[in-house]
Amino acid sequence: MTADQLGATTSKAGDKRLKMLDAAMRRQQFQPDALLEVLHSAQELYGFLSTDVLTHIGRSLKVPPSRVYGVATFYNHFSLKPKGEHACTVCMGTACYVKGAGEILGAVRRDLGLSDKKATTDDGKVSVVVARCVGACGIAPAVVFDAEVVGGLAPEAVVARVKGWTR
Amino acid sequence: MNAESLEQIAQRRQAARDGMKCRVSVCSGLGCESVGGESVLEKIRARMRLQGLADQSEVHLTGCRGLCQRGPIVEVEWGAAAQKQRHLYLDVDEATADRIALSHAATGKAPDDLPSHADNPFFTKQTKIVLANAGEIDPEDIESCIAAGAYSGLEKAITEMKPADVIAEITKSGLRGRGGAGYPTGLKWSTVAKAAGPKKYVVCNGDEGDPGAFMDRSVLEGDPHEVLEGMALAAYAVGAEQGYVYVRAEYPLAIKRLRAAIKQAEKLNLLGTHIFDSAFNFRVDVRTGAGAFVCGEETALIASVEGARGTPRPRPPYPAVSGLWGKPTLINNVETLANVAAIVRKGGDWFASIGTEKSKGTKVFALAGKIKNTGLIEIPMGMTLREIIYDIGGGIPDGKKFKAAQTGGPSGGCIPAQYLDLPVDYESLQQVGTIMGSGGLIVMDEASCMVDVAKFFIEFCREESCGKCIPCRAGTVQIHGILDRIARGLGGIEDLEKLEDLADLLRNTSLCGLGQTAPNPVVSTIRYFRDEYLAHVVDHKCPAGVCTMEGAAAVAPLAAVNG
Repeated sequence: MTADQLGATTSKAGDKRLKMLDAAMRRQQFQPDALLEVLHSAQELYGFLSTDVLTHIGRSLKVPPSRVYGVATFYNHFSLKPKGEHACTVCMGTACYVKGAGEILGAVRRDLGLSDKKATTDDGKVSVVVARCVGACGIAPAVVFDAEVVGGLAPEAVVARVKGWTR
Repeated sequence: MNAESLEQIAQRRQAARDGMKCRVSVCSGLGCESVGGESVLEKIRARMRLQGLADQSEVHLTGCRGLCQRGPIVEVEWGAAAQKQRHLYLDVDEATADRIALSHAATGKAPDDLPSHADNPFFTKQTKIVLANAGEIDPEDIESCIAAGAYSGLEKAITEMKPADVIAEITKSGLRGRGGAGYPTGLKWSTVAKAAGPKKYVVCNGDEGDPGAFMDRSVLEGDPHEVLEGMALAAYAVGAEQGYVYVRAEYPLAIKRLRAAIKQAEKLNLLGTHIFDSAFNFRVDVRTGAGAFVCGEETALIASVEGARGTPRPRPPYPAVSGLWGKPTLINNVETLANVAAIVRKGGDWFASIGTEKSKGTKVFALAGKIKNTGLIEIPMGMTLREIIYDIGGGIPDGKKFKAAQTGGPSGGCIPAQYLDLPVDYESLQQVGTIMGSGGLIVMDEASCMVDVAKFFIEFCREESCGKCIPCRAGTVQIHGILDRIARGLGGIEDLEKLEDLADLLRNTSLCGLGQTAPNPVVSTIRYFRDEYLAHVVDHKCPAGVCTMEGAAAVAPLAAVNG
């Protein structure tokens, strides 16, 4: 697939994301060892890594598709499926776990009809994600609403906050 | 160096600060940030402007003050240059912030009803080297860091010391790796220095994957120049010209601050080429992790920096001989490197005077779990666990009883109540079956079930196993399966023996540290809380009431028939 085709399939008219991705790769001088950094840039731009994007990155950096796919699937941070409009990230680090993060996760998932197999609601509004540890142990249990870290919430409060998004 | 020398910058900034009527620092740690630290800062700034003190006051963010539970934390320094007074405020909300600012601006005093918390044992019992600059500097302003001494160690090394002298000083200090294993830093440095080849690398391991630990995050966010200076000193000592800081993607603020710090340092020619007009060149790049615990292991980290899947490889060859792109590579943890500049500045003897015979200096711990004062602390090696938990930590909340402290995360073990008077150093912790680890210290009370805790950690290792070697990939699944069965009330006494056998197998045959240490939490909880395991597998009851034990009803009558 050429870059033009990619631009057509992954984006609407006037989408500058592909250009920005190319610029990000140029900044790394198309070095194959910058693969991780480039995948980060791509995910920031698109929200997830589609097959088209992965193919394009592989060609540009001259890395075989098998390796691009291998790296993209190895790391938890990368998502090959679109995420919800909002993300509720529940930290399940030790400190949060000891202080009841499990109950928070259970409550939010139950409320939205999600599970460990299904992370995003059918309408694509909300994703519930588990984090290994966000390093906010001092205010455990920690929940990240999009990019805002909030500590010490009860399960009901987290559910209420997520409800605000779905309304 | 530019026209203005390091010393001139420091003097200019210090003089400016001395001339200020009032300086306010607001903690920017994640704990304070999440309860409105930023808006507190804005409020104080606005009030100072209103009072016409915008030019005579400095209001800035600073690194984590540690007491996350009581944030936002604000410190005010005021008075004439020679007799500055300080006042530490906890739990500051926007209204209080306004009151504090108004009081200091109008009367030059603290509000009468708000006592200073500087004499709180949480603060007075600590000894700070790595975290010493919290409250003094603005991590986003390199000049304020220089005023506090940043890069003066590097200047001293480059202008007055040979690389071998720097290594000798580090060796004399007795500094050991703060990532967990405690390998002597001086020895590691001299191995890399001796390695042949013109091209070498320095890598800072900031892949703080241990769940329940946030020391490295706080250091990188609160004092990025301290780490960069440590890296530059390491590079000078071993003969490297390129460095990488590997930071996990979960720490966006640390990455942002590091990138900004590198730019500022390059601008002042403290990083880059011909540093301090010498022949020494050093460049640092940030590499972002992507959520893989195994990347904390050094060979996996190298693979990840090279842009590949983060899987470990057998050692030897050690990275000191063959690391990044096959070149000699020095890998040190964030906290280790953060100690280096102070050692070069003040000397190895000074550092060696702190701590115990074999464990020198201080250790930063992330205090969390069932404890009153959660947060970040730095203590001299050899302090007892009791002092940490009861004097600094304030004890266990809700009148509950202490049950165990867990150190070392998924690679560590627990310390039961009978060892509360154990001095915290590398050897003592090892003797009781745990490790220093990177510094996570999770306190558990009687409401925690140790089988559940062991299951939590092994589940973590199962998920994070990279899958390259079979003992770890399959073994963690098996151990988790057995513990899950026990937690559902379906375990038998023979399961304990199976667990111990499996633990032995993983420990001896796994490829890297992840698999070798994965069974530690299980072994350690069986060792100290065998009764609790027996209650699960014989009586089919969970004493703490955490495990579901839903299968127990089905097992009990069967056992009665068989019995």
